[in-house]
Amino acid sequence: STLCTVTATQARRVAIFGGTHGNEMSGVTLVNLWTKNGAEIQRKAVEAVPFITNPKAVEKCTRYVDTDLNRAFTPENLSAPGGNNLPYEVLRAQEINRIFGPKGSPEAYDVIFDLHNTTSNMGCTLILESSKDYFNLQMMNYIKKAMAPASCLVLLNEHPLLKYSTSRSVAKHPVGLEVGPQPQGVLRSNIFEAMRVILKHALDFIELFNEGVEFPPCTVEVFRVLERIDYPRDANGNIIAMVHPNLQDCDWEPLNPGDPMFQTFDGKTIHYQGSGTVYPTFINEAAYYEKQQAFITTRRETLVASAIKKA
Amino acid sequence: MEVDQVVPLPRLPRVAVCGGTHGNELSGVYLVRELLKLQREVMKKEQEEDLKPASVLLVLSNPRAMQQCRRYVDTDLNRCFTHATLNGPLSDMAPYEIIRSRELNALLGPKGSPAAVDLVCDLHNTTANMGLCFIAYSDCDWICLHIFRHLQREMPDTPMRFLHFDVSNKESYSLDSVGKHGFAMEIGPQPHGVVRSNIYTAMKVGVQHMLDWVRLFNSGNVFEGGFVDVFTMVKHIDYPRDSETRNITAAIHPCLQDRDFCLLHPEDPLFQTFSGETVRYKGTEPLYPFFINECAYYEKGIALSLARKRRVTIPAIRVQTEQEQQPNEQGFASEEEE
Repeated sequence: STLCTVTATQARRVAIFGGTHGNEMSGVTLVNLWTKNGAEIQRKAVEAVPFITNPKAVEKCTRYVDTDLNRAFTPENLSAPGGNNLPYEVLRAQEINRIFGPKGSPEAYDVIFDLHNTTSNMGCTLILESSKDYFNLQMMNYIKKAMAPASCLVLLNEHPLLKYSTSRSVAKHPVGLEVGPQPQGVLRSNIFEAMRVILKHALDFIELFNEGVEFPPCTVEVFRVLERIDYPRDANGNIIAMVHPNLQDCDWEPLNPGDPMFQTFDGKTIHYQGSGTVYPTFINEAAYYEKQQAFITTRRETLVASAIKKA
Repeated sequence: MEVDQVVPLPRLPRVAVCGGTHGNELSGVYLVRELLKLQREVMKKEQEEDLKPASVLLVLSNPRAMQQCRRYVDTDLNRCFTHATLNGPLSDMAPYEIIRSRELNALLGPKGSPAAVDLVCDLHNTTANMGLCFIAYSDCDWICLHIFRHLQREMPDTPMRFLHFDVSNKESYSLDSVGKHGFAMEIGPQPHGVVRSNIYTAMKVGVQHMLDWVRLFNSGNVFEGGFVDVFTMVKHIDYPRDSETRNITAAIHPCLQDRDFCLLHPEDPLFQTFSGETVRYKGTEPLYPFFINECAYYEKGIALSLARKRRVTIPAIRVQTEQEQQPNEQGFASEEEE
């Protein structure tokens, strides 16, 4: 209820993850920078730990070595026996869970920021895993206001089937940072600086919260994940069409029934056949070809966050 | 050389279009797959109607890298075509791409021999904002320069440049050097592992016009002379790096990012360090930057490359008649000296 102020414990232990995907360069670069000199991420009463989650993938400048680390934090994986026979990323997940978790326990880190890039034209995006995480909602509201008029949108993935077990899910308050467009393996200065600014505001918020500032109730506009749309494929599973030029780079813009969606390799248009207007995002993300995803659809929603204050 | 004198050149009976030389440069991968599909359909029709088959070889150069959607498996295939690499000793432990380069040399070459295909067009993508580029070793191969000019005229809305790497025949290393004539068609910007419809379409249209030009040429069309602006590579510039770790310590400056082929003057910004300082271009000559922030070149120590531009005059050309053809059987390389 928005009438009550929710109290939360001080957010003292904060981690900043980079290189969860080894070729998403903003996070890798920022974490390496802050590991060498952490002055920029220091705040009163906050232990901010920069951490490279997938060092082998970073070294090879590849998304992952055996399996996607950002899907690996399932309960099965985290408790799997088998030692060195396990895929590299499963071992890493267990290690990360030991250091920053255990996931779901009182000892887990308070906040984890997981830094990602996308080839999609998503701009600055914050990824939220629960609509009831008022601490995160308040932080995201703070960040959006601090960055205005520059845009910073919130993607909510609470979908029971499409939600996945991320590295950040080890923490009590997981926050995904996704900034694009940037090709894999490439460091673009504007994208790098944008991510840096988001983190600066996020850490400012945590510092204010820890000092005892009460944040009044607020509303946050979010885009809630609805469904995943795959590329059209032939009987052998080969992709037979590309994202249509009208849809390419149009993340967060309305897609109406009948709008062009895909273009076959010989030039024919395939139209969106949904029942209503949706807001597509993650349009043409390189890493999602193998995950059978051309884009995801979302709907706009306004979430309400209770007031929060340090206990 | 008189511009109105028409230079006769040997026919181009065999053309190869290659995609997937780098397995994650997807426009070429999908285009060659699509052309193979169309070719199968046309061949079925031609068999039924008893027509002469098209002599366009469609090749997917690096299937293993394509399957993994990576640039290469062991080593960069597009550096494996030097004479030395193609003809040197082959160990059991040879990298996959070395073995593959020999297969491709057998299929499209042998490089340097009369049996080599007449023209190789190797399809590439770049993360750099380069538009459509032809990349060739010669700035006086009239075939390649005429094809380029034809594309410029047929695709006036597509930014297009002719890039020249001054590498001798002995040192040439890329797949396109296997044919008697060859060039890479490089189109960007496109992230690796992604196919963008506008980039794919530009490549499809470009290849179509190239094949149309070859047919016109072989049919006896005279192509009038003129000029082409050629960008000749002068040097590369690497990122500033940490002396111990060799990690980069700066990114391409926002003023330079995406400004391929915009003249770079001495003192113009090149890089922005992570602590916010600007590193400037210290050369004395204004040059044209390209391959600005190409993903694959980080490991090659190249942040950007620089070129000089000059206007090259090209003569009118036409295909040799059968009479003119005979003395040229041995000396197909000599036309470049005219």
